[in-house]
This record gives sequence, structure tokens and C-alpha cells, in this order.
Amino acid sequence: MEITNLESIPGKSITRHLGLVQGSTVRSKHVGKDIFAGLKNIVGGELKAYTELLNESRAEATERMLAQARAVGANAVVNVRFATSNIAAGAAEVMAYGTAVVVQ
Amino acid sequence: MELIIQFGVIAFLLLLGLVFGRAAEARHFRELKQKELILRQVLVFSEKHPPADQEFRGAKLVVGSVVIAEDYFKRIAASLKSLVGGRLTAYESLMDRGRREAIVRMKQAAREAGASMIFNVRIETARLSESDSNRQALFAAEFIAYGTALVPANRP
Repeated sequence: MEITNLESIPGKSITRHLGLVQGSTVRSKHVGKDIFAGLKNIVGGELKAYTELLNESRAEATERMLAQARAVGANAVVNVRFATSNIAAGAAEVMAYGTAVVVQ
Repeated sequence: MELIIQFGVIAFLLLLGLVFGRAAEARHFRELKQKELILRQVLVFSEKHPPADQEFRGAKLVVGSVVIAEDYFKRIAASLKSLVGGRLTAYESLMDRGRREAIVRMKQAAREAGASMIFNVRIETARLSESDSNRQALFAAEFIAYGTALVPANRP
């Protein structure tokens, strides 16, 4: 399975379009990580626990998108976009979407 | 008396934020400069279409992300500055750090994949906030940079 955010895959041609596929996940930090971030808020800088959390979320969202793509018989997903939104205090949704295609 | 203690706590937090926040920011900018120098061979384009006269072996989606939070001093400085309006330099440097770090991480991912170019780069910012009833909202933002890393066909 190939993923790009270009409109095609260089060196290959798209033979079939199978429509939009998407995957998303909503996650929040556990209490321990939250306290750490609270202390960190005084001195600022990178919140590694959050970076990690959102990276895991993105991997999961991408995996779900790929599962959908496989289910419709695609062998690649093109024009992939990511979106993050803060839906509640301490919880974020990460979403990945793209066009499922068959390439040769 | 209570007022003095409260004021003392705020002053202490301000000082902590000023000293450690400043030091951390200066260190981060130094690190960024170094990493950018090392990664300057990886070319980054927001262009959608790779050059037609060059052949590529593989395409891989690469992502770099970072979550950065303000320090206590920045928060107070920015809220005071917004009374009169204008540039909030405290936040400008924060955004700059976040975005450059995200790009650096994306480039690192591309280099690990053996790629020398990244096309169709998109940069996004998402605000992550945490509002509690007893705490002020924390300003933290996630910066993501992503694009398609391409490996030239003529490379070993």
C-alpha cells in the first residue's frame, strides 16, 4: 500500500478511482501525563507527552484509513490530508483522509 | 498578608518562566540552526508536481510534528501587550520554533527513507487548549508538516 499527498504516484499511473477513504481517532492523555504538562506550562517548551500522543493518534488514523482502502480493493491512497481538532478539554481528534486508487 | 503571598507566587512563577523559558528558547533556536544546517540537502517544495524530466523510485508520506507550549512569562507578557495591541513577539517566536521544528522532523523522516526531496508540503497548526474551572487555559499548539518524500531513480 502506497500513500502520498500528491495527486498521483510518480512513475505509476492510476487505473481506477475508488473514492474517499478516511480514518480518525479521538484521544486524551492520562492523568499522569497531564500533570507533567501542567508543570511544563510554567517553563514552556515542547510537551513531549502530547507530541507522542498525537503521533500515535496519527498512526492509528492512517491505519484505519488504509484498512478502508484495502476493503474497497485499492493498492494506494493519494492526496492524503491530515487534520487535528481540539474537541473537548484535553481531547483531540486526529483525522486522515485521501482518495483510494488502483495504480499500475 | 494573603495578597502579598499571592503576589509573591505570581512574581516567582514569572521569574521561573523568564529565566528557564528564555534559556530553553535560546537553546532550541541553537539546536534548530544546527539541525537545519545538517538537513539542508533535503529540498522542500510546496509544489504539487515533481519535475517531469526526473525519474523517481519511490514515494513516501513523511510527517513531522511537535507540540509546543508557552511559558508563564510569555503568557503574562502577551496578555499585557494585547491591552495596547500590536505585535505579540512572545508568541511570534513560539510559532517560529514550532514550525521550524516540525519541518526539521519531517526532513529527518525523509532522509531516513533515503529521499532528497519533499513535494507538496503542507504545514498546519492546531490549537490544543486545556481549560479547567480552576486553571487558566493553557496555550499549546501542535505544528504538523507533511509532504511526499521522493527518492531519485539514479541514486544508489
